[in-house]
Amino acid sequence: MAKELERAGFPTATVTSLAAVAVKVGANRVVRGDRFSHPCGRPGLPRAEERAWRVELVRTALRALATRVEGPTVFELRS
Amino acid sequence: MRIVHYLNQFFAGIGGEEHADMPPGSRPGAVGPGLALQKLLGGNGEIVGTVFCGDGLIGDRPDVVVPDIVTLIDAFAPDVVVAGPAFGAGRYGLGCARVCAAVGARLRIAALAAMAPDNVAVELHRREIVIVPTTATAVGMPGALAAMARLALRLGRGESLGPAAIDGYVPRGRRMNTWAQASASARAVALLQARLRGEPFSTEVPLPRYDRVTPPPPVADPARMRLALVTECGLVPAGNPDHLEWVRASKWLRYGLDGVDDLARGDYEVAHGGYDAAFAVEDPDRLVPVDAVRELARSGEIGEVLDAYYVTCGNHGVLGQMATHAREIAADLRRQHVDAVLLVAT
Repeated sequence: MAKELERAGFPTATVTSLAAVAVKVGANRVVRGDRFSHPCGRPGLPRAEERAWRVELVRTALRALATRVEGPTVFELRS
Repeated sequence: MRIVHYLNQFFAGIGGEEHADMPPGSRPGAVGPGLALQKLLGGNGEIVGTVFCGDGLIGDRPDVVVPDIVTLIDAFAPDVVVAGPAFGAGRYGLGCARVCAAVGARLRIAALAAMAPDNVAVELHRREIVIVPTTATAVGMPGALAAMARLALRLGRGESLGPAAIDGYVPRGRRMNTWAQASASARAVALLQARLRGEPFSTEVPLPRYDRVTPPPPVADPARMRLALVTECGLVPAGNPDHLEWVRASKWLRYGLDGVDDLARGDYEVAHGGYDAAFAVEDPDRLVPVDAVRELARSGEIGEVLDAYYVTCGNHGVLGQMATHAREIAADLRRQHVDAVLLVAT
């Protein structure tokens, strides 16, 4: 999915728990999310903190979209 | 040797798409391409019966129709079953593959299908059945039938096949034990030497190959871009109104987010057979971060967010099919003047 969207010309940030797999199949802008069943969630955190974490995760995706990459690259949330 | 041949309604001579819902039937002897196949088999094997079914029916209701087809096949008491060639036809290819898989599983009889390597059925079934590769269209009929005859005779005699590359079928991804002439270390050095000398060599452990895509240039300024949310996690409105399949999804969908600031518990469910949806049902933003992108749009860090999200289900996704979904989504993103995508993959 990520590759076809990028092939079509859309910079695409892929948020996934399986960053290594995404890199292996050739997704170029990979953002490491949380677990498989909730890549954009942290159910262990209190609600407000989870929301703040998710905003940071999306900020990381924005950074990936605004970064020139040569090939598959993983972007980590700055904590 | 007794051979049964499976065909669709077209190659069985019944008719075209208007007969695609034709129920299963059978005839003694060879029909259509089976006549040429019989010539190639010579005196070594006889096509004792031909079984056929409409492509549409077997495509829509394989659970109902395939058992009936297996019963019709069993009535001819075959030693081996051949299906197709289906060439590039997706539904016919799936029908051939499903019949062969069921014949193997239920009757314990060897079966082989023939179709083009990029037929959608190949990726789905190549691990469980023998598939003879063909051209994409019927122009390759003679070659396909020759290969089918050769392998059918071997399977019908109860022989096990050698490596796919040597015996001419689609690799099943199986590793077979065999006695080597030299130890692994000696073979590895020999491979390296051949490579250094510029001689042909082939690895014993082929790795999967994925093509690379040149990354498009980055967005100049996220604060001025129009962002869209896409996911293959199967998040759909409660009740799954468009019946997104939870496995091998046949479609993608776009759902509006007009006035939606936060995906509310109870409004969404997950059509995906690959993971526990409890956390996502509790708060769907854990899959598709609508609340966070809205917040960043309000604060000006994101220029604009498309008032809709795109969804399909990646569970057991067939690569070719997923690529088609992605290309169609990309075409729609272009119509919506989207600049960049946040994709959530599970």
